[in-house]
Amino acid sequence: MLKKITITGGLDKDGHPERVQRLDIGAGEVVGVVGPTGSGKTQLISDIEQYADGETLTGRSILIDGQTLQQSVEVRNLRHLVAQVSQNMNFVIDMTIEEFLIMHTQVRSIGSPRQIIREVLSMCNELSGEPVSLTDNLTRLSGGQSRALMVADVAMISQAPIVLIDEIENAGIDRLQALEILKGKGKVVLLVSHDPTLILMARQRVVMKNGGMDKLYQTTATEQKILADLLRVEKYLSRLRDHLRNGNTIDPKDGKEEWCYGQNTGTLSVKHQ
Amino acid sequence: MRFVIVAGTPSSGKTSVMLHTIRHLLKDGRSVAACKIDCLRTSDDARYRRLNIPVAVGLSDYICPDHFYVANLEEIERWAQARQADILVLETAGLCHRCAPAVYGCLSVCVIDNLIGMETPQKVGPMLSTADIVVVTKGDIVSQAEREVFRYKVETVNPRARILDFNGLTGQGSIRLKNEILKSRPLETITGKELKYPMPAAVCSYCAGETIVGRTYQMGNVKKVDFGGLEQC
Ligand SMILES: Nc1nc2c(ncn2[C@@H]2O[C@H](COP(=O)(O)OP(=O)(O)O)[C@@H](O)[C@H]2O)c(=O)[nH]1
Ligand SMILES: [Mg+2]
Repeated sequence: MLKKITITGGLDKDGHPERVQRLDIGAGEVVGVVGPTGSGKTQLISDIEQYADGETLTGRSILIDGQTLQQSVEVRNLRHLVAQVSQNMNFVIDMTIEEFLIMHTQVRSIGSPRQIIREVLSMCNELSGEPVSLTDNLTRLSGGQSRALMVADVAMISQAPIVLIDEIENAGIDRLQALEILKGKGKVVLLVSHDPTLILMARQRVVMKNGGMDKLYQTTATEQKILADLLRVEKYLSRLRDHLRNGNTIDPKDGKEEWCYGQNTGTLSVKHQ
Repeated sequence: MRFVIVAGTPSSGKTSVMLHTIRHLLKDGRSVAACKIDCLRTSDDARYRRLNIPVAVGLSDYICPDHFYVANLEEIERWAQARQADILVLETAGLCHRCAPAVYGCLSVCVIDNLIGMETPQKVGPMLSTADIVVVTKGDIVSQAEREVFRYKVETVNPRARILDFNGLTGQGSIRLKNEILKSRPLETITGKELKYPMPAAVCSYCAGETIVGRTYQMGNVKKVDFGGLEQC
């Protein structure tokens, strides 16, 4: 199992050494990657995916447990170093979830797949909140269900030690839980995002600028407090969404429920009368 | 000169992949010439020309594009040599799955994409199984799980090939393909080299321009469907 990856020795778009000259990410850690479009996020990810050794545009080298591509036979033999989950990805094959998961476990030479497949399914359903069953067809899943299944599959079946999560802000899944699961499986997680909740979920984040890694931050105590608030807001929104989607109204005169937002405390509550 | 033969299913990303890769070869100071073989028309030549390299097009017109391709390999080689190319990239029409353009001594690259379906690597057959390098594109729009299964299917059909993931939109993977090309041994001449997989025979009246359907219009090497002995007249 991989212990850490190191990104080192890169240049920015002007050919100057990037400010962050070395970034280490350990197994089970999440690093956020932030910066405006064109700042170099995609290239950074691409360097990692290609296991760059000084030859890409940025001149960066990626080390896996301190070794370069040339030195590391073990990693070279890994068919997939990086697993990706992004908003642009969809399942395209016409098959049931079960048929496909069996196929994937066979490819990974997993002997008795039943148990793992059951775990993937329950993880998927926990993440998406819109349950699927093993007999559902892959191509009919909603965006949220697809992303949830992708995360569960990456966590349980894929061998790739590094997971890249690219802008899944609106994916309709429990993102905090998804990150916890991936961390728990000892994956190195990189999280590219513009979404404040997601960005603050990463303990460290690297700020991209002009093609280079410009700054490296740890989340501050204040940011963590803000994160807790944001998560409460999200929970509130999701309950509100379900409430309205299920055909309910919010009218105190109904005498059933009153939804309020505590403006001073930043807390949310649902009051039952 | 290194002779790179690029085959693959329609719209799999052959041109996109080679454009990115040629750009890296040029950056390394190599001189590259590109030739495209197609049937009736192509616009790939315009895309290669944007790289400011010598570009040729061969249209097979009324002849099978794969037979046309083999019959012109020497001429294409000579054309590229006259332009002082270190590397010749030959993109084939990529239409018929019966044929494989691979020639011993050349570097054959097969480009297929993640969207063509899990059973298609089996169907593509010799074009895939004779390739030295298999480039798999469009991984950016399917799930990780599908990528892994698809790769396995490709390995089953061709266990010897190097398999490279490639994003034809961003060029991710192009440095690795460039390195594979530079690692391959230059070819002295294509004359006398052998196809890895024989082409199908096709000498019948339709080859010679016949257009009417019916047994009396058919001559030469004609093969009929075997319906199991029940429906023959
Ligand atoms: N999303 C995506 N599209 C690609 C990729 N590679 C190629 N394409 C697109 O696929 C289409 C066909 O590509 P082209 O290079 O012309 O394929 P060719 O017919 O095999 O030469 C074009 O619209 C490309 O932009 C890829 O990796 N991902
Ligand atoms: Mg083309």
